[in-house]
Amino acid sequence: MSLARSPLLKSAAALGLVAVVGTTLLAGVHRLTADRIADQERRMVLEQLGQIVPPDRYDNAMHEDYVTFRDEQHFPQGQEVTAYRARKGSQPVAVILRFDAVDGYNGPIRLLVGIEESGRLAGVRVTSHRETPGLGDAIDTARSDWILGFTGRSLANPEPAGWAVERDGGEFDQFTGATITPRAVVEAIQGALEFYELSGRDLFDQPAAAPPEAAS
Amino acid sequence: MNYRQIFMDGLWRQNTGLVVLLGLCPLLAVSGTVVNAMGLGLATTLTLVCSNLAVSLSRPLLRQEIRIPAYVLIIASVVTAIDLLMQAWFHELYLVLGIFIPLIVTNCAIIGRAETFASRHTPLPSVIDGLATGLGFCLALVALGALREIVGRGTLLSQAELMFGRIGESLTVTLIPDHPGFLLAILPPGAFIGLGLLIAARNGLSSWLAGREEGRRAPGAQQAGESTV
Repeated sequence: MSLARSPLLKSAAALGLVAVVGTTLLAGVHRLTADRIADQERRMVLEQLGQIVPPDRYDNAMHEDYVTFRDEQHFPQGQEVTAYRARKGSQPVAVILRFDAVDGYNGPIRLLVGIEESGRLAGVRVTSHRETPGLGDAIDTARSDWILGFTGRSLANPEPAGWAVERDGGEFDQFTGATITPRAVVEAIQGALEFYELSGRDLFDQPAAAPPEAAS
Repeated sequence: MNYRQIFMDGLWRQNTGLVVLLGLCPLLAVSGTVVNAMGLGLATTLTLVCSNLAVSLSRPLLRQEIRIPAYVLIIASVVTAIDLLMQAWFHELYLVLGIFIPLIVTNCAIIGRAETFASRHTPLPSVIDGLATGLGFCLALVALGALREIVGRGTLLSQAELMFGRIGESLTVTLIPDHPGFLLAILPPGAFIGLGLLIAARNGLSSWLAGREEGRRAPGAQQAGESTV
């Protein structure tokens, strides 16, 4: 039997052909969808940021005007924190920090914490979490308004002793049956505010990690 | 084999989720709400149709020994393509379904249909088999999703806007206002209990239908001369 007719080679060629056709198909689909997927991701980020700092309050490309940093003292486990900066006419308006609260009941709670230039909270949102449905998931705006209660708060409002859930003698409600989740969120927000008080305003002066699309 | 029979097999007699019990991992994990269930069900259906078609078309090419790796390649390509398409056009739904879209690859129902059906039939019956099997799986998912959503949250089709866009918001039905939420139904144990109930219901309905069929045949047998009473 000649080598070219050996069943082994035929099989290898057939498998190779299937792989080539499959890869070609995927390359085509990727080309077709890549731009749209990037658009969708940008839109999601903008939508989330816009809930905290409405689009009419800033005029830079906030989703591209960000820096990343680590600060083990204020953000748990030395994680990378992303800071989006909102500016209007090159004046700093607010900064939105994206990081994880790690002391939740079940895995990291991904937070967006918006802090006005003055140090007041512009708003807080949970963008992803795996807390127990019906108990801990009240941190999600889809389930309750609890997280909106942070808007307008600052390190002085309430006093430092009040920055805890009621169970721990603080000012913030826990929800029925869940203390761990809100406690983790309250602590994470307090950490972010303390960071901002110390060195947050410097964030506005750092060069962006990605060049802003349309510099104002 | 006629198409009607293929269709009824996939949809009812050999239902993947309720009779063959394949692909239970996604079935149990994503059936928290009707919209999630429908999203995964339709993605699985599309995968089955495409992979069955591709497997059937490649029959002359594939020798017995390499068919399984070839099926794996075909199914993985199809699923990745669907994954990208969903990410582009149903981004929010894609975020909710998360890891379960790429994991369609591991749904053994798909390689099962490739091996037992598409590798032995021409393209048209294979496509119909894929469609029927997929819709059967989708039906089981949606039934379980509806059960868990009604009992657990008191709503139906909540977050329909993820799938149908703006119009979807008006599709949400609140069946039980001020439902306090029934945790057991939403958490994984509820999925197992719900699946058990659905399988029982399907078996009950199936034997009732069979009994009725027999009852219909019996008078015919009498006319033929056999007196059994």
